[in-house]
Amino acid sequence: MENIQDKLLSFSVDTDGIGTLVINQTENSANLFSEDFIKRYVEIAHVAIADDSVKGVIVTSGKPIFMAGADLRALLEDIPDKGAFTQTILEMHKGMREIETGGKPFVAAINGTALGGGLELCLACHHRIALNSTKIKIGFPEIKVGLFPGGGGTVKAPYLMGIQTALMYLLQGIEARPPKALKDGLIDAVAETEEEMIAAAKAYILATPNPVQPWDNKKHRIPGGNIWTPNGVQTMVGASGNVGKLTHGNYPSAQKIIKVIHDGIQIPVDRALEIEARNFTAAASTPEAKNMIRTGFFAIQDAAKGKARPKDQPKYEIEKLGVLGAGMMGAGIAYVSAKAGMNVVLKDVSQEGAEKGKAYSTQLLDKAIAKKRSTPEKKEALLAKITPTDDPNAVEGSDLIIEAVFENVELKDKVTKQTEAVLGEDKIYGSNTSTIPISLLAKSSARPENFIGIHFFSPVDKMPLVEIIVGEKTEDKAIAAAVDYTVAIKKVPIVVNDSRGFFTSRCFGTYVTEGMFLLEEGVPAPMIERVATKIGLPVGPLAVHDEVSLTLSVHIFESDPAEKSASEKRSYAMVKNLVENHNRTGKRDGAGFYDYPKGGQKKLWSGLKEIYTPNVNAVSEEDVKKRMLHRQVLESYRCLDEGVLHSTTDGDIGSILGWGFPIFTGGALSYIDYVGMDNFIADCDAFKALHGAHWEVPQSLRDLAAAGKSIHDFGK
Amino acid sequence: MEAYIYDAIRTVRGKGNKKGALIGVTPTELARQSLTALQSKHQLDTSLVNDVILGCVGQVMDQGANIAKSAAQASGYGDHLCGVTLNRFCGSGLESMNQAAAYIKSGFRDLIVAGGVESMSRVAMGSDGAGMFIDPTLAIPGNLVPQGISADLIASKYGYTREATDEFAAESQRRAAEANAKGYFKSRIAIKDQNGTDILTTDENIRPGTTAASLAGLPPAFQMMGAMAGFDDVALDKYPEVETLHHVHHAGNSSAIVDGAAISLIGSEEAGKKMGLKPRFKIRTAAIDGTDPTIMLTGPAPATRKALKQAGMNIGDIDLIEVNEAFSAIPMLFMEEMGIDSSNVNVNGGAIAMGHPLGATGCMLAGTLMDELERRDLNTGLVTLCIAGGMGIATIIERV
Repeated sequence: MENIQDKLLSFSVDTDGIGTLVINQTENSANLFSEDFIKRYVEIAHVAIADDSVKGVIVTSGKPIFMAGADLRALLEDIPDKGAFTQTILEMHKGMREIETGGKPFVAAINGTALGGGLELCLACHHRIALNSTKIKIGFPEIKVGLFPGGGGTVKAPYLMGIQTALMYLLQGIEARPPKALKDGLIDAVAETEEEMIAAAKAYILATPNPVQPWDNKKHRIPGGNIWTPNGVQTMVGASGNVGKLTHGNYPSAQKIIKVIHDGIQIPVDRALEIEARNFTAAASTPEAKNMIRTGFFAIQDAAKGKARPKDQPKYEIEKLGVLGAGMMGAGIAYVSAKAGMNVVLKDVSQEGAEKGKAYSTQLLDKAIAKKRSTPEKKEALLAKITPTDDPNAVEGSDLIIEAVFENVELKDKVTKQTEAVLGEDKIYGSNTSTIPISLLAKSSARPENFIGIHFFSPVDKMPLVEIIVGEKTEDKAIAAAVDYTVAIKKVPIVVNDSRGFFTSRCFGTYVTEGMFLLEEGVPAPMIERVATKIGLPVGPLAVHDEVSLTLSVHIFESDPAEKSASEKRSYAMVKNLVENHNRTGKRDGAGFYDYPKGGQKKLWSGLKEIYTPNVNAVSEEDVKKRMLHRQVLESYRCLDEGVLHSTTDGDIGSILGWGFPIFTGGALSYIDYVGMDNFIADCDAFKALHGAHWEVPQSLRDLAAAGKSIHDFGK
Repeated sequence: MEAYIYDAIRTVRGKGNKKGALIGVTPTELARQSLTALQSKHQLDTSLVNDVILGCVGQVMDQGANIAKSAAQASGYGDHLCGVTLNRFCGSGLESMNQAAAYIKSGFRDLIVAGGVESMSRVAMGSDGAGMFIDPTLAIPGNLVPQGISADLIASKYGYTREATDEFAAESQRRAAEANAKGYFKSRIAIKDQNGTDILTTDENIRPGTTAASLAGLPPAFQMMGAMAGFDDVALDKYPEVETLHHVHHAGNSSAIVDGAAISLIGSEEAGKKMGLKPRFKIRTAAIDGTDPTIMLTGPAPATRKALKQAGMNIGDIDLIEVNEAFSAIPMLFMEEMGIDSSNVNVNGGAIAMGHPLGATGCMLAGTLMDELERRDLNTGLVTLCIAGGMGIATIIERV
């Protein structure tokens, strides 16, 4: 057959009669699994199968990545005709299945990362050889965007890996390096070089003239046994148990993965693929999947690339970074910045304190080395970039300062003045305050236009979000610098305007106080904590408050001169009572809402029952759930309404990455669409009637609802 | 028309594991020996018996293909004898009696053998697949958990401690050992081999001398499952007011896994005349009720209330009660909910001591109750069991 080259792929046959199909989608930056591509691929494959002079086909990639997966843009839209959608998938399967049963060997030579649809394309080959490279990942990440493999992967994986391992890959979205993928049965071989890989592929083709897929082979036994074996039953029951525990039923696709295997593995593969297709159509139609694609994938990806930076500003280069304060936060900031290649001066009041801050990086790197995620050489290189000092002048020449000293206005004032004395006039000064208004701190600065909030979350090395706070006088250059810095350290920036608690602390705080109000109203403490995790929040409000420390809550209230609302006063009174009359100060002292026995699991303090008499029927579980979520969402909406947030997307990202707001809802603003704007408003109104003004819904949201609009139409 | 119980017979119970005495005996054979024992005890004219209804939970392998008909075939009663097998999980043995009574009361049948059989050594629990417990679209939204977790959830929710559940279990063993020693299980038959040699002549699992202290060392049975497979959290998601799931149940305070069969002979007054037999009891009423499937095993109380209401009775009208000891917490909760103490409940011990051959237990409890009511010269008895999936069953019988 003739050589082919188009915008999707190329095909050629060598003198041995071995065809090579190179996937090379010239109009996309990455090879994507799409309807158009599969049509073309199947078309070429069928010609090759029909041509007697072609003995078999090697499928490989012309790009560094074999295939990254499906084009998710298509799945953001509603599926108007679900039947037709399913039919399209089945048509695709028909073509792929004809390749599988065509009697001619196809070998996937996996020379780059193959994920999702890319891997499914490989599964529709008879043999898979991957290059043994640490850059290559193989797996099914679909669950992370609320989906599951709908191109045959869910049906086929258990035949190769066994039900248990396949469930693990599918449910956790494991992306394995080639040796692990080989061990787990997802691929058949690894090769050390491209040449070796192609030679092995050719050898397979010549040795296997009429290959049969495991799912077509009646003699094939599923590793670990089929579903109706004692092992299989145990696996399936355990899978439902663990998915129930981890998702609380909030993620429909996790359930569907088990369902597809449960319903499909007992019947012929073609019929099982129908089951997979029907479930995939249903999964792709869920609001959860769309939320996870829109916010979890696209919005976060865009933000991580620096979408928030003012467009007309030149890129702000940071070679030298000054970090003031070598406590927990400063030490973490030094680590992530040095890791990104910056030279960091880590300044503390004492040399000893600074050294201790640098030691944090040593600890993290030693752990990484133990886990084989770093090397002693990399460790030394990174540590060499951090200079601990007690000399305030050592930060001279820094491009950016990040101040992370104790939350005290006088101290910060002193540090600002001291630092600006040696800082270049055009350089940027960032404060990592989490509670003090930036405009207030900027008053200490001689150059408030260069002064900005760069708010990290703890622990810095793990938490992906950075909240950038724009003060009254902050100018675009400073915003651009803060965004560029955040992107450089591979974190996700959102830019917000100054407000008490900014966006994240302000909204998250309402969750904590609402949890306390529920307690005061008689909801049993275990119920509050359990319902919180059940709706997808990572930690219950009472446990969170213990982490923050009850003493700190009292301190923040008492040190802030601003006029307080009734609900703030209510929560203050509760916390003050706990701290002063019951000596319940928080986790650090081993006594908050919980007891923290040494070496044991935390347990709710039995004394809570004496202060707040529990009554299972005090508030319905549904209302407990709504009050904890709605309250954060209402506050997030106020931030949007007041201009603290610039967009719904920032609010969504900030809530998900900042405090673990459940991603299946799309984030703290998308949530309003998720539960229905009218329902949300009606619930808040009902809560206001019962519980007071902190449930007041801004008029602008009522207007949006009256106009029948989406939350994402805000401001449009 | 009334439905009368003319007699009830049960086999001894062998341990349902590979060392158990009855592992070499097929479940069909267990049922056959029960049927032939019934015939020879009364010189029964087997042509009068229309049907065999057997409860059986694991209806695959030895117990597949309608084991009631296999038993009927093996019994030698004649080709006219039909068989039907049913599955209401742990309530099956009692359900078959209730269905037989309904057939008699309707006039559709005259005389039925109704009971159940389970060889748990030969057909392991779970061999018949798992339906709602394995289909994720039912299991996950329903927060379904294995029974042991449900039993531990009951104990946690109602505050039954390890000590209290062990005390209950020790008392079950004590009562069973005493009843056994005194010969109260008079309708129990031994299982013999084909040569007429005894294989097992007593309930293999009774452990005289068991005390709460001797049980205290046993490791919790469901702790690992609850943690590893996520079921503790799945259960607590449904019962958020319970802070911690305490795993109090273990091999010694849960029902034993055993082999055994039981049958009863249920018929009309007319059938009794034809056989020349006097009825021992009549079935006054029977009821079932469904409950939350997560906590699953709370059905006995609501089913009992329903049965009492149907009979126009209250719990004080019942002389003796058999409530299946699936786990200690089940009868403990039943007594708490009904406001009664253990003085007339499971007076000769229960499944913790003697074992729970799933499909047969309901009929075994009825037979034990009949013998004891007669021995004490009392009149009214109640049998009730908790059932997988969140069901309960209750039957009230009265001496004739």
